[in-house]
Amino acid sequence: MCLAVPGKILSVSDAQEGPLGPTALVDFQGSRIEVSLAMTPEAKPGDWLLVHAGFAITLLDEAEALATWETLRIALGDDLELPGAQPRPAVES
Amino acid sequence: MPAVPALAAEIADLVAACARPVTVMEVCGTHTVSLFRTGARSLLPAGLRLLSGPGCPVCVTSQGYLDAACALAARPGVTIATYGDMMRVPGSQGSLERLRGEGAEIAVVFSARDALRLAREHPERELVFLAVGFETTAPATAVTLLAAAAAGVTNFSILPGHKLVIPAMAALLAAGEVPVDGFLCPGHVSVVIGADAFRPIAEGFGKPCAVAGFELEGMLVAIRALLVQIVAGQARVDNAYPAVVSAAGNRRAWELVLSVFEPGDDAWRAMGVIPASGLALRERFRHFDARERFGVTFGPDVHPPGCLCGEVIQGKASPADCALFAGECTPLAPVGPCMVSSEGTCAAWYRYGRLMAKARE
Repeated sequence: MCLAVPGKILSVSDAQEGPLGPTALVDFQGSRIEVSLAMTPEAKPGDWLLVHAGFAITLLDEAEALATWETLRIALGDDLELPGAQPRPAVES
Repeated sequence: MPAVPALAAEIADLVAACARPVTVMEVCGTHTVSLFRTGARSLLPAGLRLLSGPGCPVCVTSQGYLDAACALAARPGVTIATYGDMMRVPGSQGSLERLRGEGAEIAVVFSARDALRLAREHPERELVFLAVGFETTAPATAVTLLAAAAAGVTNFSILPGHKLVIPAMAALLAAGEVPVDGFLCPGHVSVVIGADAFRPIAEGFGKPCAVAGFELEGMLVAIRALLVQIVAGQARVDNAYPAVVSAAGNRRAWELVLSVFEPGDDAWRAMGVIPASGLALRERFRHFDARERFGVTFGPDVHPPGCLCGEVIQGKASPADCALFAGECTPLAPVGPCMVSSEGTCAAWYRYGRLMAKARE
């Protein structure tokens, strides 16, 4: 559950997001997810991030990011949870 | 990175130089799984024992927490939002999954932010987020609570269950019941708290520590670093994941955590209350505590009869020591949390350990 996955920033939003902001659209091997940069506010488009539960926890260099993907595939296989592969939360009310 | 066969040979030489069995504990569920899947376990000499410690957030969550979550889920008007790992853990009255089948409103979310979004989309409901996880996960909860406070969201609360890994390691060592020669320290927890955070374990308890990533070579490099320390009779923190983990960690992330939470005594499954091992909401955020809002409390930490999860997470028992393992308790019909979570020690042994045992026969 403490696993973080690498993704690359496509764009950074300049909308006012309060404490959650800034936010970025991040590419995870084809899945595009909005990520909070609250803990890495220095991140900019093109940067690689390590993302956990919708929040970037650190920046990475590209070589390490690509190596990490390979590692995670081997190390976790089917257990690797892509952020975009999670079901959308559904509430019936 | 050195070649794997060379690393394995060096590790074998170092274990031989110890002239006694050596025990290394990993305190990260992802390491537990990765040590199997990468084949690391099969490369290590018989004199080196790998032991899983309290590294799976779902597994260390006390039964009292889970029962409180189930009690909240059963309340009219309450929606529970939770990370998926919690769904199938059996509480004393059944799991969240079962409650959902019976009509309770429970949403699986990927982020605390999604839980807050649900609260804002459904102002007619009370949204309770199950805030579990170690230091990697706590900053996400903290920032989400800051956002909820800033936006004046009144129908959002959390059931506080975040845990701190170092006080648990210290409690295990202080109890002295499990012989541990060194710790393989969790990679992504360390991104947040920094490698230096483990110095109290190395310097205070004299136990070698090495921060490790999750790839085969990285884990072997960390294990070698531990053995070098053990042979030399030293104890320090080696960072074997330097491309990702810094000495100080992400200070900003931890400051955000400490702006919302403060370390508080917390109950762990079977380990009891460990001083300053959890995160309690600070006074000005206490109205976000679902226990205060709904008048629920964490009940006793009662375990299913025969289940050894409490011993397994402390390294006192191996999954194979449990009479329920792979018989009454399987990933499809789990009795305890270590068989539920994909990174639980029992689930990892069920899926991979039995194969290894078979291969050895």
